[in-house]
Amino acid sequence: MSEGAVHTIGQYVPMVDGPEKVSGRAKYTADFIEPGTLAGRIFRSPHAHAEILEVDVSAAAALPGVVAIVTGADCDKTFGVLPVARTEHPLARERVRYCGEPVAAVAAVDDATAAQALKLITLKVRELPAYVTASEAMAPGAVALHDHRPGNIERDVFFELGDVAEGLAEADLVREKSYHCAEVCQNQMEMHAAVAEYDPVRERMTVHASTQVPYYVHLMLSQTLDMEMSRIRVVKPHVGGGFGSRTETLNVELIAALLARKAGGGRVRLVVNREETFITHRGRPETEIRLKIGLRKDGRITAVECECHQRGGAHSGYGIVTILYAGSMLYAIYDLKRVKYIGKRVLTNTPPCGAFRGHGTVDVRFAFEALLDEMAQSLGLDPFAVRRANALTAPTFTDNDLMVNSYGLPQCLDWVERESGWQARKGRLPKGKGLGMACSHYISGASKPVNWTGEPHATVKLKLDFDGSIVVLTGAAEIGQGSSTILVQSVGEVLGLDLTRIRIVTGDSEVVPKDNGSYSSRVTFMVGNAAIDAAQNLKTLLVAAAARKLDCRPEDIECLGEIYRAGAQDRGVSFEAVVTEALKDTGTITVTGNFSTIPASHGGKKYRGAAIGGTMGYSYSAQVVEVSVDEETGVVTVDQVWVAHDCGKALNRLTVEGQVQGSVWMGMGQAMSEETGYHGGLLLTGNMLDYRVPTIQDSPPIAVGIVESNDPYGPFGAKEAGEGSLAAFLPALTNAIAEATGLRFTDLPVTPDRVFAALEKRQRDKSAAPGKAA
Amino acid sequence: MARLLTLMLNGRKRVDAVADNLLLLDYLRESLRLTGTKTGCDGGECGACTVLVDDRPRLSCLTLAASCEGRRVETVEGLAEGGRLAPVQQGFHEKLGAQCGYCTPGLIMASEGLLRRSGDPSETEIREALASNICRCTGYVKIIEAVQHAARLRAGGETR
Repeated sequence: MSEGAVHTIGQYVPMVDGPEKVSGRAKYTADFIEPGTLAGRIFRSPHAHAEILEVDVSAAAALPGVVAIVTGADCDKTFGVLPVARTEHPLARERVRYCGEPVAAVAAVDDATAAQALKLITLKVRELPAYVTASEAMAPGAVALHDHRPGNIERDVFFELGDVAEGLAEADLVREKSYHCAEVCQNQMEMHAAVAEYDPVRERMTVHASTQVPYYVHLMLSQTLDMEMSRIRVVKPHVGGGFGSRTETLNVELIAALLARKAGGGRVRLVVNREETFITHRGRPETEIRLKIGLRKDGRITAVECECHQRGGAHSGYGIVTILYAGSMLYAIYDLKRVKYIGKRVLTNTPPCGAFRGHGTVDVRFAFEALLDEMAQSLGLDPFAVRRANALTAPTFTDNDLMVNSYGLPQCLDWVERESGWQARKGRLPKGKGLGMACSHYISGASKPVNWTGEPHATVKLKLDFDGSIVVLTGAAEIGQGSSTILVQSVGEVLGLDLTRIRIVTGDSEVVPKDNGSYSSRVTFMVGNAAIDAAQNLKTLLVAAAARKLDCRPEDIECLGEIYRAGAQDRGVSFEAVVTEALKDTGTITVTGNFSTIPASHGGKKYRGAAIGGTMGYSYSAQVVEVSVDEETGVVTVDQVWVAHDCGKALNRLTVEGQVQGSVWMGMGQAMSEETGYHGGLLLTGNMLDYRVPTIQDSPPIAVGIVESNDPYGPFGAKEAGEGSLAAFLPALTNAIAEATGLRFTDLPVTPDRVFAALEKRQRDKSAAPGKAA
Repeated sequence: MARLLTLMLNGRKRVDAVADNLLLLDYLRESLRLTGTKTGCDGGECGACTVLVDDRPRLSCLTLAASCEGRRVETVEGLAEGGRLAPVQQGFHEKLGAQCGYCTPGLIMASEGLLRRSGDPSETEIREALASNICRCTGYVKIIEAVQHAARLRAGGETR
């Protein structure tokens, strides 16, 4: 028994579910293999845009071993994450809008039979013009993908806060530049999977799904199956990564459920392959950005004008939110006074995009930090000094009404400047080497949830029973980010107990309280606060019981975790004895903890959609990247990254480091090698060889500095740690390449062929104009 | 066609009837329900299905079960001894070499193969040995630390 209260907050704590993961015992959705389970497969559209004339499944249905087939005719309901944009059918009806869109699905006795059945399905269509780029889709006369969206504009955003023309007139330097970021996919290691089990006697549906948002899956199952929610159970087992690919309900889980019901009961296992997972990606849209910044010689930014076009794909998904984030999150990192933003979210005949890690912020941040760096160089300013000259002072509200309560960016800048040896090394590196820096930020959960129900943002329940163990019941989806560990730590910290006393149950709607899910970095902040609230409520009961036992007032009780005592001289009573006393009146104890965001953090009403971007805590990140560029081959090597992340308070230093390193690295993939490619709407990069994910051989050391600004509202002062450091890598890389080569790359990813082509072009230009400097 | 396959699986002899074209991955996962070994791609891209065959890392998705006749096959389920995590597992757990855990069995088996060949591998050797295993969570920094930690644990230099 420990002598004093146990504290793990701020320590290096291995994950509570680590032993399962390293031993192979952790079960993911595809691992639920039971005898008698039917195998599901999806028949997908080979056309990028076409009117469906006929889906003939008769031959497939006649194949022995085929148990059920569903088509668009089996479900006329739509789904979608945003209540204002639910336009997608689980299986296409009337039209297919991207290559690979599900048209029909088969459940058969085994996978080989299901695969054979797909070959017997025929689809007759009338082809329509397909638009793979945003500009094609927006061109005059283009056929509308959806009748309610003429011109294929899913959402137009415009705001101007302050007089931008006046701001630009005040600048010593005004520069405008265009940037292009390729579409990127999360490509999480676990392919999408669902196992649906229908009980026709009770008319109940149970779905195991690889999702970040079990509650949203629950909602959409109810909507598309036209079943009462009380008849549905959603289970989220271990999930092999998300990064936003599963932040909304996907067609996979809906189709599995439709098949199980059509089969008349039983279990259907639908595991899509890697190529299909790429098609069902919900990644970051291809983005075109035109950015204009006004900068004064003292480093102050006088005005910003940003136009952003996103190729959203065939359905809305989170698209409206993505295009709003891209504008609103220009703010809350620097002190900006005059900002104009024009955003267009465009519908195209490509797979729908979604909320990839760093949702909406990354590509605009790349453009902003790249242009700022270039302009600082032109004015002879130190890029660190420029950031410092535009720093915010917390607490404050931005011009678009975002509430900033804690701001550790200056400390992040100090850390990376010092650790990278910036002042001594910048400009003095050997030929072909360069250092670049940049900053980024992110929210700790959206203050307004997408489904506004009036309930608290987060609810956690604790169960304490005769055995003296505490069970945390939470709907927060552990997807590898460590949320279960953080919640166990948070409860343990309040009660002063060793983590071995605390168990956690997550992700089964039959048992755990509802949670909105793991996205927008909301879990640590919101569910963490709810866990603290629950633990404090439990502690109140335990302290009262201890006071009865020790015959003193509750306020005199000191809780040392395993010992409760009535003052320093008292030997006290054991935790077990306190639990026994506490259970006398009520039996098994359950307590609830809640968290709700404060209205001041909900964002404003200055323009349509201005609430997007509102959060109770912004994280901040600064990064320095060191590169070597091989001018013979165009290969860029990242030698080292220094990143400092203001996460408010590191609840678990081990997992904060892991999250920050993972974000930086994912930014590196986007910046250097990852991009999707299409040919007439057909995905060309549906595997991990053509979609180039960095291997361990490509991956640099990443030194992490943790900055703790102790947010006044965060759980123990914490803010998010898993997204905010992604964006800064992109511009820090191109800024470093600028030093190494003198070239400023505006097209991502900066692949060797692009570098090589740019170097060659410079050589040609030099030869064509002898005597002139490049 | 099918045949009888005799092999040593995780230290125990097994005899099973297998189809000639059955992949080792499907034999392990679908037939034996040893689901620790993962499917992460459509064949040979990601390394999540790595197992050891006669101590050497192999992609079970590119290996026919029938080709393992008379061989020793080891999966992540076979590493722990006496209810204790093996050093390589402990290394990945304690140093956060696993986040979502999906690539982890493959990386652990590839690392175990390395550690059996080289007790004290250099960072370069670790990078070479794990170059065909994709991880999407960690950025690999802590995976390298996990393997180094595992090497120390195996050498008995550090117990916890």
